[in-house]
Amino acid sequence: MDTKILISVEQLHRHYGHILAVEAISFELAQGEVLGFLGPNGAGKSTTMQMITGNLAPSSGRVRINGIDLLDEPKRAKAEIGYLPEQPPLYQDLTVDEYLYYCARLHRVSKGRRSQAVKRARDRCGLGGTGRRLIGNLSKGFQQRVGIAQAILHSPPVVILDEPTVGLDPNQIRDIRTLIRELGENHGIILSTHILPEVQATCSRVQIIHRGKLVFSETMQELEQRLTSHALVLETRKPCSAQHLEAVPGIQRVEPLGETRARLQFEEDNPADAVAACVASQGWGLVELSLDRQTLEQVFVDLTCSDAPAPDGVAAV
Amino acid sequence: MILTIALREIKNLFLSPLAWAILAVMQLIVAYLFLIQLDEFTLLQPRLAGIEGAPGVTDIIVAPLLQTTGFLLLLIAPAITMRVFSDEKRNRTLTLLLSAPISMTEIVLGKFLGVTLFFLLLLAMLLAMPLSLYAGTTLDAGKLASGVLGLALVLSTFAAIGVFMSSLTEQPVVAFISTLGLLILLWIIDWSGTSQAQISTLFQYLSIKTHFESFLKGLFSTADAGYFLLLTSTFLILGIRRLDQQRLTG
Repeated sequence: MDTKILISVEQLHRHYGHILAVEAISFELAQGEVLGFLGPNGAGKSTTMQMITGNLAPSSGRVRINGIDLLDEPKRAKAEIGYLPEQPPLYQDLTVDEYLYYCARLHRVSKGRRSQAVKRARDRCGLGGTGRRLIGNLSKGFQQRVGIAQAILHSPPVVILDEPTVGLDPNQIRDIRTLIRELGENHGIILSTHILPEVQATCSRVQIIHRGKLVFSETMQELEQRLTSHALVLETRKPCSAQHLEAVPGIQRVEPLGETRARLQFEEDNPADAVAACVASQGWGLVELSLDRQTLEQVFVDLTCSDAPAPDGVAAV
Repeated sequence: MILTIALREIKNLFLSPLAWAILAVMQLIVAYLFLIQLDEFTLLQPRLAGIEGAPGVTDIIVAPLLQTTGFLLLLIAPAITMRVFSDEKRNRTLTLLLSAPISMTEIVLGKFLGVTLFFLLLLAMLLAMPLSLYAGTTLDAGKLASGVLGLALVLSTFAAIGVFMSSLTEQPVVAFISTLGLLILLWIIDWSGTSQAQISTLFQYLSIKTHFESFLKGLFSTADAGYFLLLTSTFLILGIRRLDQQRLTG
């Protein structure tokens, strides 16, 4: 699969009156990528998405969808996008089928392919038996699925989903994640959310936006590496001594966390087996020995909580 | 694409009981007016027979009927147009149209066409009554056609104004009131001309009623038709600008 650049955003700014909602955001999205867009409430996620989909005009900057400039040729560019806004744009008075057919027409799906497209979108989103039901009578989860069906109906190269799993039950969330991963194989997807595990489960790249600025942008592999810990947490039944532990090969530093707990810094290979052997030989009684993993949540909190400066190497892109 | 939006608009109208209620109520009221006019004509007929060049059945029944219908629709048109954009904004469904590969012009024209087609349907149903006179007499087809064309133009103007007003607000009731206000103002604006000769021509030109009346007399002039087309396109362009501006200001 060639990695075509599907979205390229350059120096996007957006003011609301005096408030600068989005400042100098630039990024690219390639085919086959699922980009997770994270940020606290009011960080500018939705504003950015609205600008990429042409619902909001940027104050300055450029958006190109599949090589087509959104501001110069909005009609052609919009044809390349499927968008699910924060509030799914559903007509409560229509049945699911009526609604999807209308969307298909709006997206210029040719008459011959329309019923097939509607059927496919319905099946992919698990809307099997709901075709003739009124959207207004569906549960929130099903309405959300109709919204997603609407976004993927015309099989656009780019799919933009703003908080797609809000209001869904855990089973539905899993279904939707599977769907997003499937779609990610041959579409480019931008997914905004503040559910962090969701990002780890579905995305191939993560961006964190804070106060309108992009403060973090890494692929999932890079992130995994960053999160791969170089510390072990040890808990023993009897008090353990730091000196003995420091003598274990591979251990660099020992931070006591109390009488029976310690945090062991190491480099390169995980010395858990050696530590276990040491604990056994000293007769301390091993209770817990685990990797002290840093989570995405910590990264997120570090970057977006308070005015703490970004950690080294996580400069704004 | 314009047609797709227009058809959706009409179907949406008929999904709510409002459209049906309006069709029924208008039919009832106009039928009553029609009967009154018919009664009056049968009273006048013996006297008219003696006069050379007396007004015919078209002048006595059809023209007043169309004029009253026009005024009644002025009161009812805002109820139809009020939801066009404000409902979409309130339910956040406008996003669907804005993110689809459609231009603002197509959206506004689609909505306008949908509402206008509904009005024309209403007009066609009301027209059945004057046409039923053909069973017993002959009508002045030219006058009838000119009157109907006039009313159709008036209705398209109502639709354009209503669509624009609806794009201004999220509250359908506000759209209703402001449309009604503007339409009434445009209808009665020539009243001021009667006392002050100075400004009368301008105000008379601005009045919907003046132009509509010449259509009812069977007078088709491009100036009158032009007035309606100008007013309609002005408000449509304002509507398009309004949507565009919303994209800019958010």
